[in-house]
Amino acid sequence: MGSASLIVLLIIAIAFAVVAVYIGRIFGTSSTNSVKGEPYECGIETKGETWVQFHIGYYLFALLFLVFDVEIVFLFPWATVIRELGVVALVEIFFFTLFLFLGLLYAYKKKALSWM
Amino acid sequence: MFQVYLFLFLSCVALFSAMMVLLSKKPIHSVLYLTLTFFALAGHYILLNAQFLAVVHVIVYAGAIMVLFLFTVMLLNLNKEGQFPKTTLVKIIAAIAGGLLFVVLIGSLKSFDLATVSNPAVSQIGLVKNLGKTLFSQYLLPFELSSILFLSAMVGAVMLGKKDKE
Amino acid sequence: MDIQILYKSGLIIVILLLSLVIAMYATLAERKIAGFFQDRLGPNRAGIFGLLQPVADGVKLFFKEEFMPATADKFLYVLGPSLTMLIALLGSAVIPWGNTLVIGNNVFPLQVADVNIGVLYVFAVTSIGVYGIMIGGWSSNNKYALMGAVRAASQMISYELAMGMALIAIVMMSGSLSLHDIVAQQHGIHWNVWYQPIGFFVFVICAFAETNRTPFDLPECDSELIGGYHTEYSSMKLGFYLFSEYINMFISSAMIASLYFGGYNFPFLHELGMSHNWLTIVGTFVLFAKIGFFMFLFMWVRWTLPRFRYDQLMRFGWKVLLPLAIVNIVATGVIYELFKK
Repeated sequence: MGSASLIVLLIIAIAFAVVAVYIGRIFGTSSTNSVKGEPYECGIETKGETWVQFHIGYYLFALLFLVFDVEIVFLFPWATVIRELGVVALVEIFFFTLFLFLGLLYAYKKKALSWM
Repeated sequence: MFQVYLFLFLSCVALFSAMMVLLSKKPIHSVLYLTLTFFALAGHYILLNAQFLAVVHVIVYAGAIMVLFLFTVMLLNLNKEGQFPKTTLVKIIAAIAGGLLFVVLIGSLKSFDLATVSNPAVSQIGLVKNLGKTLFSQYLLPFELSSILFLSAMVGAVMLGKKDKE
Repeated sequence: MDIQILYKSGLIIVILLLSLVIAMYATLAERKIAGFFQDRLGPNRAGIFGLLQPVADGVKLFFKEEFMPATADKFLYVLGPSLTMLIALLGSAVIPWGNTLVIGNNVFPLQVADVNIGVLYVFAVTSIGVYGIMIGGWSSNNKYALMGAVRAASQMISYELAMGMALIAIVMMSGSLSLHDIVAQQHGIHWNVWYQPIGFFVFVICAFAETNRTPFDLPECDSELIGGYHTEYSSMKLGFYLFSEYINMFISSAMIASLYFGGYNFPFLHELGMSHNWLTIVGTFVLFAKIGFFMFLFMWVRWTLPRFRYDQLMRFGWKVLLPLAIVNIVATGVIYELFKK
């Protein structure tokens, strides 16, 4: 039942998103000239390419994020069964988070968490 | 009956987007098609009554790994087509690697016994509480070992990304 | 069975329309509140108290020229705003908008889908929220837009972690991932905020960051990046980006109210001696009052605090919020074991 309502919601939401974007195309006016399609940078002509190489800092944060995200996913089933398992689960997770913290500490020491 | 149609629809989406990952010219399109593939696979998990697995699939693959891929595409500046050399040697190696994977897949499918699969609609293993109980009693050691794996992954990432200044 | 399907579909449409209308009027409320904070009147020309202003804005956006940069990636350029809108609308599915209504033998829950992974569903929807912005900013082929998009992605993933950790502490308290159960357990005044003050603090800050609201509005940061990821957008596509921010704000407020402030529960619920259905209706109004308060909080902060610098933002997310959230989990576990009921 739950999944079925989710599917209905998905269909309605997609329909809304698609229809509303195309309504604008019907009502709106349209004109074009040679400079209109250029990238907007407050009136200055753009120089060089847009899609250039990015700083590695972004990538590093994404990598760290991935590791922690997987950890969080592991913690969710643990959080639901902590009542049944009691102290054992607590000890288990203590070591788990300890390693997590060590990693964070290492990144901190290596100054990977400071921007640029 | 509804589930069968849904299964067919999701499978079509998954196959189509997987094909488009290979066929699209721009790397960023490939990344987005791969995301679509992951969503279709998450749909399959829901059909198997494994909602936790489905939502984790979305969180980890669509939410985290694909963001990483997008950054990689930008970081390596892979936006133009035809950046990779397509010599004959590369093609031959690719054909061999792909062929080997195909053989492995066929082999694993052949040894698979369909009769052992229980009816997925009544299977409860995918529900989060059962998963948690199994994971934190039966598979405790692999779970704890995985945390060391995470630690090494983190250290590796930091090592690669951050070179010492001195 | 049929009546239930009909009811659910009706409920979905009502909730979607409600989110849209609330988002519309949130734009007006924001401008009115900004006016109040800056000692001016705010919009007051369209209709009485400016009540028709959102309608006028919407009509204007529909009639504006549809513009597409010549060098843009055409398909992704359209996909970006649609995806943002779609993801914003999906969040409403698992929030319990009220208890159940009992009519005859039929029980109608005021919740679209009581999936047993509700909290994770919310987490998943937040984690894919980055796509719309990323795709829109990248496909515009504008340096400022791309910069905003990359900033948005980096910021959202950083704050998502702390948010997930705060959610885990909540799940530890309730032992269930279903939002319906989490709300039902906070009956009376047993709200989670009393037991999870740190978690609440972390969650609210992350909600600000995930919705890209000030002080975390670096992705659009008009003083540095022109308009950020939506620099090249116009007409209804721009409207989608702006509008989905308010829908996200509404959903986040609803989440905060349900997770930490008891949702539709209110003190002395059962002393009033009302029938079940009436209690449900009153509870729904109480929930919307709480949501209204948190939406006001979002606006209050926006017109009070300045924007973070990017390095401050990253430092705060990784060096303050994330360790705090991890400590919160461990502390919750220890305290729970010590004072087990």
